[in-house]
Amino acid sequence: MVETTAHHHDQSEDPTNVTNPEHTSHHIVTPAQYGLVFGTLLILTAVTCLVAFIDLKWANPVIALFIACFKASIVVLFFMHAKYQSRLIKMTIGSGLFMFLSLIFMTLSDYMSRSWGLW
Amino acid sequence: MDNSVATEHPHTHETAVHVEHAHVSLPQHRHHFETVEQQREAGSFGMWLFLLTEIMFFGGLFFAYLLYRNWYYDAFFTASNQLSIPLGTANTAILITSGFFMALAVWSAEVRKRKMLVWTLVFTVLFGIAFLCIKGQEWHIEWVHHHIPGAHYDISEFVNPAAHGIHEKPLAPDMAQRTQIFFFLYFGMTGMHALHMVIGVFILFWLLRRAYRGDFSAGYVAPIENFGLYWHFVDIVWLFLYPLLYLINRHPLR
Amino acid sequence: MSSTATIVSLPDQATARLPKVNYLNKEHGLLSWLLTGDHKRIAMLYLISITFFFFIGGAFAGLIRLELLTPQPDLVAADTYNKFFTMHGIIMVFLFLVPSVPATIGNFLMPIMIGAKDLAFPKINLLSWYLYVLGGIMLLAALVLGGVDTGWTFTTPLSTHYLNTHVITAALAIFVAGFSSIFTGLNFIVTIHRMRCPGMTWFRLPLFVWSNYAASLLMVLGTPVLAITLTLVLLERVFGIGVFDPTKGGDPLLFQHLFWFYSHPAVYIMILPGMGVISETISTFSRKRVFGYTAVAFSSVAIALFGFFVWAHHMFIMGISNYSALVFSLLTMLVAVPSAIKVFNWAFTLQKGSITFETPMLYSFGFLGLFTIGGVTGVFLGSLGMDIHLTETYFIVAHFHFVMVGGMLMAFLAGIHFWWPKMTGRMYPESISKLAAVTTFIGFILTFMPQFILGYLGMPRRYHAYPPEYQVLNVLSTAGATVLGVGYMLPLLYLGWSLKYGAIAGNNPWQATGLEWQIQSPPLTENFIEIPIMDHEAYDYEWLEQKQKNEVTTVG
Repeated sequence: MVETTAHHHDQSEDPTNVTNPEHTSHHIVTPAQYGLVFGTLLILTAVTCLVAFIDLKWANPVIALFIACFKASIVVLFFMHAKYQSRLIKMTIGSGLFMFLSLIFMTLSDYMSRSWGLW
Repeated sequence: MDNSVATEHPHTHETAVHVEHAHVSLPQHRHHFETVEQQREAGSFGMWLFLLTEIMFFGGLFFAYLLYRNWYYDAFFTASNQLSIPLGTANTAILITSGFFMALAVWSAEVRKRKMLVWTLVFTVLFGIAFLCIKGQEWHIEWVHHHIPGAHYDISEFVNPAAHGIHEKPLAPDMAQRTQIFFFLYFGMTGMHALHMVIGVFILFWLLRRAYRGDFSAGYVAPIENFGLYWHFVDIVWLFLYPLLYLINRHPLR
Repeated sequence: MSSTATIVSLPDQATARLPKVNYLNKEHGLLSWLLTGDHKRIAMLYLISITFFFFIGGAFAGLIRLELLTPQPDLVAADTYNKFFTMHGIIMVFLFLVPSVPATIGNFLMPIMIGAKDLAFPKINLLSWYLYVLGGIMLLAALVLGGVDTGWTFTTPLSTHYLNTHVITAALAIFVAGFSSIFTGLNFIVTIHRMRCPGMTWFRLPLFVWSNYAASLLMVLGTPVLAITLTLVLLERVFGIGVFDPTKGGDPLLFQHLFWFYSHPAVYIMILPGMGVISETISTFSRKRVFGYTAVAFSSVAIALFGFFVWAHHMFIMGISNYSALVFSLLTMLVAVPSAIKVFNWAFTLQKGSITFETPMLYSFGFLGLFTIGGVTGVFLGSLGMDIHLTETYFIVAHFHFVMVGGMLMAFLAGIHFWWPKMTGRMYPESISKLAAVTTFIGFILTFMPQFILGYLGMPRRYHAYPPEYQVLNVLSTAGATVLGVGYMLPLLYLGWSLKYGAIAGNNPWQATGLEWQIQSPPLTENFIEIPIMDHEAYDYEWLEQKQKNEVTTVG
């Protein structure tokens, strides 16, 4: 039946708690935490730059990308508050990454399996 | 330090426990949302979804980079080494700093400190503009060296690097042609990135104006929060562009 | 039950009136429409615009079929013919099929179905419509300036190096229209996740909402890749950067990978909302809950997910590796499974239901048959050996027209007819609408069935001349197209007529379940006077019966 319930939410009527979601976004990251992340980012940038000048053959791009991924993760988790957001937000981020990686790897699979001798 | 905005009662993450909330009421509450909370969550979710579209948008460019870097590795690292490490690294640090100030701006809005919000936003913009200036400078250098892809592209630097004072191995003419693809990707990716930054800077000016008027220090933090997400995302794209474009093969044994 | 076996239940026409206040008359003036935030008004704006573009696209189809009446290339020059099928494709895909159900019926109904007052971001919704119109105008500009002849697929290096037509304008137009799609999808996702009324759990949602949700996921994740692809084509054309140019080291196939990465999910963007409509109509006109609700709901999401991993089946002969071809062929077989699950579930919904044959049901039956044929021929095409012979022939053309026109367009018409009383408060005349449905069905079969045979016999697509032995089938096809055209014209006429002269529909002319049928027709601007609480499952006809028993329908 169509009934009124303008402001009083009985849990039985709203089991998924849509209109009053868990107050996860109220967690406030402190400036100190931000400062820590900031410092880490700068240090890692310097590391990336310095390591690039050392010849580690195939490990160079791997290390560079790994550090970049780590930096991106801490920006996402702390600067963008993802660590303290709802599961929905976390799943959204995950699905974006998944799609991005699918695009890259599935297209790559074609190029790598061609016998053009270029890979 | 106190971490909560409204602390009449502890917030739990269990939906089984029902708590009576003193509903925050803001003038910006839109009628189609039941509560301001719902509006804020929806806005944040919407911005994350928009960022998903941005990931997929840049994805095409990153794939093109991946493909052509592997096909034409020699051309790519030779061309990459023409980019300036000091400028690129400085820019990375500048953008990270800009992101740091943006994060502080979000905090200021959440704890309702208007003055600090304005100052952090000012620094965010300043560092953002600094980034763009340095990027413009880098592009100018490429222009001078005939590295802009198209009609005026010049491969002589790569075919005969010694004559131009460049410490790289010379490339065969067809591989030297491939450096144009590197530079297309360089300009394409940094250009797309810069476009997003320019848009961000314009939005920042608008937000600054409203923050100065106090719009965001009375509990309504969504625009600052959501713009922060956008700005950090643009930052993340650069965090990947830096090693991919500048640091392909910088070993000193060239 | 009346003797004519219909479930239509209209209020007493002698005393019935349209509700005094509804979303149509709440505000007046052109600006109140052009600056509206009301999802229902935006849906109507979309309905008008896409109908406009549909008929332009249809006109091009008519011209194509006219040329193909004779084996000789005697009506127009080759380039002009190329422009015909390009414009037909671009308009029909991007300006009609992609927004058809989501932007019109979805926009209008989805918030009501979940018990919300509007979409999450009404202004973005309006922006979406403006972007659509802008994209459409830009495409018309490209047309007027001389047209584009690359085919709707913009294949490189033809589009980047070998043509001097208005590729840039057309590509920009689609770029803009793509953002329209992205914003609609984004809006839907946020709304469905965060604005369901109390009690509306995921598994109480109408299946229409599930389908639109799945399509929205595709819109948000897939369309940006189209945007970057078109950007690269533009850059290649304008600056000659070499990204798709073999002489500069580029790979034209990279374009195809990126293009089809979007364009395959695009076909699921197009069909999923239509499938959602069919779930609603089949249930209503069999008076039975959808069989296997959970399976249908999950299959929508499965189609969306798997749909992302099959794109290279458009590229089997283009130069991808054998390994790639094998993998994508296998995945294509898999993607057919969830669609088949839906068809089975609809069939079991019909079993032992009380079936009546109102117009939406006629379109739905058409959908079931034609979509199944189209889908099965898709499986033929997915198998590598068959595709080598059938690709780039009329078999492909027939396949996608069966699923898109026989499937999606029929579903769209089913939906328009099903929800017309809700959106306008008026019923359309039943007999002529049934005539139109049957005409469409017959016209469709006549148009596209011969094309399967033509394709199998080897007639290539996108050619305006063909060997004389194919003429009979082509003439049949053109004759069918004429009938089809009549079939599509009729709804325009009688639906327009019904706006002024149609019977007053009342709240629930179809005696359907669903929140949209519990409110007035046309609805109030805010949809509900008070937010409802959902306390029963979807398609709960027992609940409806209980409600109707206790309902007061007459005064005094």
